[in-house]
Amino acid sequence: MSETLLFALELTISGLLVGLMYSLVALGFVLIYKASGVFNFAQGDMTFLAALALASFVVKIPLWISLIVVLAIMLILAMAVERIVLKPLVARPPLVLFMATIGVAFFLQGLAQGIWGTQPRGLELGLADQTYDVAGMFISNMDILGAVVAGILLIALVWFFQKTKTGRALRAVSDDHEAALAVGIPLRKAWGITWAIAGIVAIVAGALWGSRVGVQASLALLALKALPVLIIGGIDSIPGAILGGLIIGAAENLAEGLIGPAVGGGIKNFFPYLLALIVLAVRPYGLFGREIIERV
Amino acid sequence: MTQGAKPPLLRVNNIEVIYEHVILVLKGVSLEVPERGIVSLLGANGAGKSTTLKAISNLLHAERGEVTKGTIEFAGMRIDRMHPAQVVKQGVVQVMEGRRVFEHLTVEDNLLCGAYTRNDKKVRGDLNVVYRYFRRLEQRRQAKAGYISGGEQQMLAIGRALMSKPKIMLLDEPSMGLAPLLVEEIFNIIRSLNDQENVTVLLAEQNAAMALDFAQYAYVMENGRVVLDGEAAVISDNEDVREFYLGLTEIGKKSYRDVKHYKRRKRWLA
Repeated sequence: MSETLLFALELTISGLLVGLMYSLVALGFVLIYKASGVFNFAQGDMTFLAALALASFVVKIPLWISLIVVLAIMLILAMAVERIVLKPLVARPPLVLFMATIGVAFFLQGLAQGIWGTQPRGLELGLADQTYDVAGMFISNMDILGAVVAGILLIALVWFFQKTKTGRALRAVSDDHEAALAVGIPLRKAWGITWAIAGIVAIVAGALWGSRVGVQASLALLALKALPVLIIGGIDSIPGAILGGLIIGAAENLAEGLIGPAVGGGIKNFFPYLLALIVLAVRPYGLFGREIIERV
Repeated sequence: MTQGAKPPLLRVNNIEVIYEHVILVLKGVSLEVPERGIVSLLGANGAGKSTTLKAISNLLHAERGEVTKGTIEFAGMRIDRMHPAQVVKQGVVQVMEGRRVFEHLTVEDNLLCGAYTRNDKKVRGDLNVVYRYFRRLEQRRQAKAGYISGGEQQMLAIGRALMSKPKIMLLDEPSMGLAPLLVEEIFNIIRSLNDQENVTVLLAEQNAAMALDFAQYAYVMENGRVVLDGEAAVISDNEDVREFYLGLTEIGKKSYRDVKHYKRRKRWLA
């Protein structure tokens, strides 16, 4: 195998592995958007909150107990958001709900930093960073762990939405709130469940990303990386979020590695958005987004 | 109402509905539906038919409306303060205007969603009951509901409601936007559901001729009030109903050119 090809393959693989973790963040958005038609601006901050809580607990108590505690926090949070924010705003236009999630985002960030301080922290998951040499390519064990965990979660979610009664009901809610209500699906319960799932996704994303890049407020900005993923994959498609993340991860890595040196680098930061713009022009609802069914 | 000594299955008692805290939509509506009966609610656009049905199903909250006065009783129990899901569980299900199927779900998934409130094991078997009444749905069970025809969607909406094992079905304009032959077909199926599955029917319709032909008893609504009620046969003979809802006069069908609205007033408004 020639040098360049091997290099490209290595870039692609590590890109795909990181990409799965982008998928994870994007998935949090997709879930809430699907179930309630709301773009949840707070997803990034939920991720930050989960990561910060985990980082502060894990130094005192074992990892698995910390995870349970953080899980409890996120579930309580989901219920609180449903009760305090969503319930009074039921049947309001989506923009109103979007604004409300911006409020939730800043509140969460303030809350997290109020409790645990603004100092950046490291998050040790008890795994030493190692790099393996696979057929001449260097692959990090953190990347693999992240990809495996993200992959398992994604499969579990797809199964949940496609095969279970509750999952089916959530899909019905995302299609038509009122009709779902009319057949006896409790809307508030559905929303509560959705936010709880988004909270779980935030924990996993927060743990994985936090252990890679450290836990600090800028972790919330990871959410921005999810935007091009959502645009490429389609904001209401779970498979779209997965593939969108993979595409972004691989594409930005390849662009940086192959085109980067020729133009002085720094491509990685804007390349996903460029890709998103192109997709927007060709397929406005994303590659896998749900097309609007219109009867003629 | 003189339909025997048995108490009615559904009793709406002088309800008032207000939207957005200010707009008075229903101004004291009362009606009764006897067990296993078919009752029609007639009226023009905006008369308050849909609002009445949504008040019964308690779906008004989603449109920022609420029942501010009066009571709604189903089988002797008050349901006006119940959550919509509980109302469905009691056996009151609504088939909303405009079909409202879950477009991105398959036909079968739509039907299964209809059984959400049930926890028994017979749900799968009841799919076949629905398919027996709506043969076309069986052929399209794996199709996305958004892509089936309008008539099939209406059948799906009714079938989905049937999956909750309702005692009473509230049908809101099932004839809307459908070809007359299809309307006939759907009404015939509803009639056999009434007959064989013991489903009581409350039907809101603009298609007065169809609705009067179909029901035993009818209420006429205007401006958020019930202005007339009686046996369907009697209502069909009412002069005002004949002229304003059925387009008939003593001398038979009248040309629209000759209609002078200001000439004759409805007597019930006088």
